[in-house]
Amino acid sequence: MPFEALVAGCLAYVALMFGVAFAADRAASRGRVRWLDHPAVYTLSLSVYCSAWTFYGAVGYATRSGLEFATIYLGPTIVFCGAWWGLRRLVRVARMHHVTSIADLISARFGKSNRLAALITLIAVIAATPYVALQLQSVSLSFEVFATDSLTDIPLAGGGGTALWVAAGLALFTIVFGTRNLAADERHHGVVTAIALEAVVKLMAFLALGVFVVWGLAEGPADMLDRIAQAAAGHDGWLLKPDRWTALIVVSGAAIIALPRMFQVLVVEAADEDRLAVAGWAFPAYLFAMSLFVLPIAVMGQQLLPADANPDLYVLTLPAQSGQNWLAFLVFLGGFSAATSMVVVCTIALATMISNHWLVPLWLILRRKPQTGDPEDLRGFVLNARRLAILAVMAVGWVYYRATGGTAALASMGLVAFTGMAQVLPAMIGGLLWRGANRQGAYAGVGTGFALWLALIFLPSVGIGQDPALPPSVDPLAFAICLSLALNTLAFIVFSIFGMPDPVERLQGLSFVSAVDPVRHGRMARGADQVEPLLVMARRVWGAEDALRFFQSEAAAQGKSGYLPDMTPRFLTRLERRLAGSIGAATAHAMIDSVAGGSELTVSDLMQVATEAQRAKEETQRLENARAELARTATQLREANDKLTALSIQKDAFLGQISHELRTPMTSVRAFSEILRSPDLSDADRDRFAKIIYDESGRLTRLLDDLLDLSVLESGQAQLSITPANLHDLIERALSAASATQPQRVFRLDREPLAEYVGVITDADRLLQVLINVISNARKYCDAEPPVLSIRVRRTLRGGAQIDIADNGSGIETARQALIFEKFSRLNDPARAGGAGLGLAICKEIMANLGGEITYLPGQGGAAFRIVLPRRPPVPADAGLRRA
Amino acid sequence: MPDRPLFLERASFRRRRLGDAARVLPMLAAILVLVPVWWIPAQVSFAAGAVWLFGLWAGLILAIFVLHRALRRADAATLRATQAMARDDDHAL
Repeated sequence: MPFEALVAGCLAYVALMFGVAFAADRAASRGRVRWLDHPAVYTLSLSVYCSAWTFYGAVGYATRSGLEFATIYLGPTIVFCGAWWGLRRLVRVARMHHVTSIADLISARFGKSNRLAALITLIAVIAATPYVALQLQSVSLSFEVFATDSLTDIPLAGGGGTALWVAAGLALFTIVFGTRNLAADERHHGVVTAIALEAVVKLMAFLALGVFVVWGLAEGPADMLDRIAQAAAGHDGWLLKPDRWTALIVVSGAAIIALPRMFQVLVVEAADEDRLAVAGWAFPAYLFAMSLFVLPIAVMGQQLLPADANPDLYVLTLPAQSGQNWLAFLVFLGGFSAATSMVVVCTIALATMISNHWLVPLWLILRRKPQTGDPEDLRGFVLNARRLAILAVMAVGWVYYRATGGTAALASMGLVAFTGMAQVLPAMIGGLLWRGANRQGAYAGVGTGFALWLALIFLPSVGIGQDPALPPSVDPLAFAICLSLALNTLAFIVFSIFGMPDPVERLQGLSFVSAVDPVRHGRMARGADQVEPLLVMARRVWGAEDALRFFQSEAAAQGKSGYLPDMTPRFLTRLERRLAGSIGAATAHAMIDSVAGGSELTVSDLMQVATEAQRAKEETQRLENARAELARTATQLREANDKLTALSIQKDAFLGQISHELRTPMTSVRAFSEILRSPDLSDADRDRFAKIIYDESGRLTRLLDDLLDLSVLESGQAQLSITPANLHDLIERALSAASATQPQRVFRLDREPLAEYVGVITDADRLLQVLINVISNARKYCDAEPPVLSIRVRRTLRGGAQIDIADNGSGIETARQALIFEKFSRLNDPARAGGAGLGLAICKEIMANLGGEITYLPGQGGAAFRIVLPRRPPVPADAGLRRA
Repeated sequence: MPDRPLFLERASFRRRRLGDAARVLPMLAAILVLVPVWWIPAQVSFAAGAVWLFGLWAGLILAIFVLHRALRRADAATLRATQAMARDDDHAL
């Protein structure tokens, strides 16, 4: 393919990217963000992880070290296995605090310390510059492949001019689409959409090449595996080293979160954490697809190309050598996409960090206390600072590339960057999971890691100093990674344990670890006279329109009209968060403090916040209790209602029963009176009928007496005459009185007379009535032959007495035991002797009036009743009144 | 009526267990990726190693996919149950 055509195609591709980014930005500014926010776009944008190092370097890496190349993609895969609980939480917390970069996240967590953010920015810049240089190198190398015919003598630093043009073009793209506005959420729709498209090109190119290699050059997968086995036979370097394997997986897992460009696309550009549900599996799948053909391409390159061809360029030289010009061009575009997307996102991330944590704070310090009426435009300054930073990063990358003359292996520079940013990870993870982590710990950990990384990894990589002397069995890189991360973590933990965080930091720690939204403390809330300076300040950051809109919506949320909301803690918190989205947490905090009075947060303020929270919690608890109370009352009411309904039914049944009971004797009386009136009756008959009438009216009277008695007892107004009595005497009297019932039956009595001498204080007549009733019942219903009546008396513990009266009959069946104390519940009785079924009901009421009870004792071999008496009957509540 | 709270309990119980699975998966993945290389590096370095590695990798991706789909459904079910409860409460008032 002619070089001019290549350049033309490349320029057309660049123009397409500009067009896509422009269209996406336009769509976003019109609010049409639905497809821009699609999880697929997000997932594809994550592929910025696969830079030119992956695209070209992975094959070179695989040629030298076999399967070890896969560590760079396995680490992220393992991290994404935990996307649901780990990354989602990270994104949620970061969005809550409007975090703009990884340095901003860590500084916000550790008390909004700008110095910590500046240190992390320094690490990021040192680590990323060679990496950017590497991308420029890869683009210019790939141009050289097409420019020269020879495969072997491609100069590593030959295309300085190409690299300069590429750097300039990328700087332009980044400045145009990366610094268009100073949005509060730091999202760049145009850039993200463009790199999503580039991700597709990248993947297509690599897959096309892989398919061509496996099915075009080799003869399918089986043949490919054979070739891999052959290639491996002559290669000692392909044997996996467990220590390197582990260290590289750890470092690449750290890199997927901590690299500035990855943090930018993974966290800052995420609209919310839900898209990780898709990206959680789709991004590992992307990495899988990008890695699948790496080893086949490496093996085929080794076998088909001259031994001294650069393995980092196999992906280009292999199709070019086979005469597949279009495939070669596609691959070139893929590599170009990989390099440019990485450079653009990396530069945006670094520029944000540099401007927010280096330039703006510096400017604020130099200006001391800016006048509130100052017309100057901070927004313009911040945007210019970013543009400057973009140019600076790009220029330094280009200078680095020219100065080092290009490095021989792409892989090592990538690993330098990975290991550098991994030093930030202990502080970040610790800060998110451990409330005790504090700023001293973060300084110590990051500082230790940074120093060790510089000494053991970075400086040796640029040829200064040398690797420490190690036994040959220990891999220097694995050793350096292990040592730096271990000491980093140790220092972080130890200093955190012995340090004491200030109140702001404790508040932030709570917010980050619990992923809750703490409101700013109350002391900041002063008079309204401070609101206008805040508006002036916000205008300087966001521009007049945006600032006014924010203040108006805040005022509206408070129920006020106009543009000046009250200085509530909530408003200040929201304002600070929004400002943090533009200029970083530390700077936003400092600016608000400088305008709103700059009062220091103290421990007592924290306590006040806690007290308020506690009060709110108690209030909630109180409401909850009241609700439960209401629910209980409702249940009680429902129960009472059920009971009343049941009682009403019972009353109706009682009335029906009573009418029936009264009618039976009345009917007899009427019928026999009728007969008596007829003249032709013998005297004997007349006598007999008169006796029947007499008996029936007697029964009627008894029934009415019983009813009267019962109603008096039930109403609790029975007059009791309380006297001392001896139970033995009472039982004797009851036995003799009851013997009138069924006098023909002779009962054997089973008693313990001595035990019966128990003195009680009670109404003796009433108790006698109960005893007679129970004994008569036994005489009436006991069906055993010979009948036995046993009576046992015992003193109870509380000084009362207990009388058990049992016969040896067949007793009362279980189902009916509950009914016998009800009114008119007569047992099925042919043998009934004139009672109306009120006897036991009256007994029950009497015992209740006497403060005791009568119960049926099941399982005694016959009908058995227990009468329990208290030491003395209760005094009615209104007895005193009545006496008076 | 008594079926509803039972349903909510079930949904949130399942949601929690799936959350546990999401916590275990990265650990499991790390063990599966690291242990064979420490144990039998010679066997997993070459052609057979490539088959092992990519097979394992594909399995992990599938596991994440299945787990995330289940988690999203469980979340949706929990949400529906909660909303149903809220609606019932509204009617009760």
